[in-house]
Amino acid sequence: MKSAVVTFPASNCNRDMFDALEKITGQRPHEIWHQDTDIPDVDLIALPGGFSFGDYLRCGAMAARSPAINGVMAHAERGGNIIGVCNGFQVLTEMGLLPGALMRNRSLKFVCKTVQLKVENADSTFTNAYTDGQVIDIPVAHHDGNYFADDQTLAELEGDGRIAFRYVDQNGEATKLSNPNGSQNNIAGIMNKRGNILGMMPHPERLIEDAQGGIDGRGFFESIINSLN
Amino acid sequence: MTETNWNNNPEITDGLVKEHGLSDDEQKLMVKILGRTPTLTELGIFSVMWSEHCSYKSSKLHLKTLPTKAPWVIHGPGENAGVIDIGDNQAAIFKMESHNHPSYIEPYQGAATGVGGILRDVFTMGARPIANMNALRFGSPEHHKTRHLLSGVVEGIGGYGNCVGVPTVGGETNFHPSYDGNILVNAMAVGLADQDKIFLSAAAGVGNPVIYVGSKTGRDGIHGATMASAEFTEDSEEKRPTVQVGDPFTEKLLIEACIELMSTDMVVAIQDMGAAGLTSSSVEMASGGGVGFSLNLDNVPQREEGMTPYEMMLSESQERMLVVLKPDRVEEAKKIFVKWDLDFAVIGEITESGNLTLSWQGNVVADIPTQPLADNSPEYDRPWVKTEAPATIDPNDVTAPNDLADALLKMVGSSSFASRAWIWQQYDHQVMADTIQLPGGDAAVVRVHGTDKALAISTDCTPRYCYADPFEGGKQAVAETWRNVTAVGATPMAITDCLNFGNPERPDIMGQFFGAIEGIREACTVLDYPVVSGNVSLYNETNGTGIHPTPAIGGVGLLEDSRKMITIAPKNDGDVVMVIGESKGHIGCTEYLNIIEGREEGAPPPVNLELEKKNGDFVRGQIIAGSVTACHDISDGGLFIALTEMALASNKGMDINLNYGDIPAHSYGFGEDQARYVICASSSDADRVISAANAVGVAIENIGTICGNELSVANSFTVAVSDLLDAHASWMPNYMSTES
Repeated sequence: MKSAVVTFPASNCNRDMFDALEKITGQRPHEIWHQDTDIPDVDLIALPGGFSFGDYLRCGAMAARSPAINGVMAHAERGGNIIGVCNGFQVLTEMGLLPGALMRNRSLKFVCKTVQLKVENADSTFTNAYTDGQVIDIPVAHHDGNYFADDQTLAELEGDGRIAFRYVDQNGEATKLSNPNGSQNNIAGIMNKRGNILGMMPHPERLIEDAQGGIDGRGFFESIINSLN
Repeated sequence: MTETNWNNNPEITDGLVKEHGLSDDEQKLMVKILGRTPTLTELGIFSVMWSEHCSYKSSKLHLKTLPTKAPWVIHGPGENAGVIDIGDNQAAIFKMESHNHPSYIEPYQGAATGVGGILRDVFTMGARPIANMNALRFGSPEHHKTRHLLSGVVEGIGGYGNCVGVPTVGGETNFHPSYDGNILVNAMAVGLADQDKIFLSAAAGVGNPVIYVGSKTGRDGIHGATMASAEFTEDSEEKRPTVQVGDPFTEKLLIEACIELMSTDMVVAIQDMGAAGLTSSSVEMASGGGVGFSLNLDNVPQREEGMTPYEMMLSESQERMLVVLKPDRVEEAKKIFVKWDLDFAVIGEITESGNLTLSWQGNVVADIPTQPLADNSPEYDRPWVKTEAPATIDPNDVTAPNDLADALLKMVGSSSFASRAWIWQQYDHQVMADTIQLPGGDAAVVRVHGTDKALAISTDCTPRYCYADPFEGGKQAVAETWRNVTAVGATPMAITDCLNFGNPERPDIMGQFFGAIEGIREACTVLDYPVVSGNVSLYNETNGTGIHPTPAIGGVGLLEDSRKMITIAPKNDGDVVMVIGESKGHIGCTEYLNIIEGREEGAPPPVNLELEKKNGDFVRGQIIAGSVTACHDISDGGLFIALTEMALASNKGMDINLNYGDIPAHSYGFGEDQARYVICASSSDADRVISAANAVGVAIENIGTICGNELSVANSFTVAVSDLLDAHASWMPNYMSTES
């Protein structure tokens, strides 16, 4: 699988994403600087986590207006796959490629911990290596991951099976306690209508080796590879 | 100082010199070095360079006695950070530094810029920072400011570290009334570099350009170093303008730009602008290289209009670096900084003169020989009195609690032992994807990227021991980091120290300092664990009341094979639990005595360093041999707390049988004798471990097995792990959500 990782000023999970993609796909991803206007022809573009432009404006707002974004948009329109993790998810909502917004966590505090996610729809480009309803461990680390959308959008997301992951407890129940940031309907990750774009707050790239405490994140990347075959 | 208009060039009166914190003798020395009366800018430069914070004038006589060398030490104290050899042409670069005074006045920015400053000390040497740690001390939980300070400091550390993308992997947090008026915020950073790509600050090459990069210079932080060199009084709040404001976004860009610059061969020398900003960086670079610096201050990127030379030289604006480049490489270097949207300005050149010569608006405003300014700075042998060692408390003289289980629950749910998850969950401790031991264990462990090696890091100090007996306390702080690093399976390599004390002009405080240094020296010598970097923070006092002496130690160790690393969490039911080292029921100065009896008294546990070494080397050997499934050092709260913490980490119970001998159970179980560990091994390995210990004369005892969901100590108490978990988890969230 050919992939590319876009780095914005103060992206800080770009190396982690790059390494995860290289380890799992066996191919070195392209590195795209936010000012690059030439985006190579790849199967997947990844927008990594971090604090693009310091998050001094709304998270992701500045990055969504970077020169490289035109190429990302064109890739999206061609039906190319895009993932946005953490800050990358925020960028995708600011670009308008995914609905809703990520607001400040309900606790008002940054939260870094490993949470449980339920795979809500294992029939997608990004989740097919998991099983429906599977509960996986993935770390979160964010200050603004509180997903919000209007009722109609939420109904559409739910109805179309576009919720990829939901925060749950060990038993797979979406409880208030298992929701680390106050997201509506415990939403952790969503897809666009066409199914080629996914945004999620948790970091699958941080859990791909036993040494990191588990490999539950691998399935995410393996799903994308599967979908190309 | 508010009455002086710094924008004018006032007459340099004795009063003005005094306001700058220089003594009569220091004033005479300054005039002698210059051969004339200083200009205002020069006075400012002398004032900050000779402040306690920058000159170490009260401490350096004693610091010189610390052991700093070992075959694996590449650079010891004197550089921006210590550098050790970790094999394969790689080096670990680390340092711990205090940001106490600013954090009390403005906790968020004080702590944030503490993190920023220590990161710059590490990446200025060519390292990519890979881990942040911290050691925090707050006043009593009941003090009306503690919540505000704790909340602000934690947010500040997180706000900065999270944005720059360096994981904050661990640390320690204590509460004690001695910090009510002076909290301690000690930040440590660890970086990784190739040994042939380490950069130093000594400038060279007459005619080479001096470059300013990073943020613009503003009026923030002027006199910050001077503030950190005096006691607090009632009006300390008015010092808020001396606290700098951090911009982690710019720091992140600066890290990347500097690493990119240093991957070329353009750099002759590089130095961050920390305390005393442009002054200390230029003086250190010039004096270190035996050259002069001629700077044109008109070229300094400025954030505000109308800044004077005095202000520019004393500003502590953050995220700035000074670089000496090879000639003809300016345009090439500039491209890197333009790419990262950072200021880049040629502000001067290296001269033969040996002087720091500053021009501004066509006039020379300062011309100071740097060698005497840096090297002839005052050095004091301040009078000191030895701290009287308190009497040892007999373990039989402390009455038994009504119920050991209640006592244990009370301790586990106290501010001393309650879970710190509320703190470390606000830090991104996993970014860079190499954190292989998360906060909450004995030491944090981060992999050396792309290898199987890992670094283990621990920050420790037990201030109540240091207060009772600075010598034993100093030894213990070093030994505890050594033990913690050992307990994950790593070989302890070297330490950084952050020495926080009260007013050195008081002989009793100087006595504490002297005692602690002696203890650190002895421990480092015996454990072969040199000091490679550090920092001293004095005047942690308010209205004449000092903090407990707090020589915080940051220890770093190497795991050649990170797959051998273990944690404090027992792995399997049926594993055998063993204690390494002798339990003698040392109850003086313990957490038990403090929490249960409300007494802070007695001698601290003595540290037998030879025994530490023997026991630790044995434990590490067994871990590396793969015979140990979990390990926890025994420190605060003794054996009962160590067992509890292991049970909590795994959510597994234990069935324990102890042979108390003639020691009361509470003294035995909560006593804080040193050089001890709890280890677990599978039932098939346990006998072999015990034989191996017996063969080398290491005290070892089989005390039980991992099983069930209760911590049960025969004939003493049984507590459900879930009850311990509740007590442990609830204190800090409850405390922080309560109005003071």
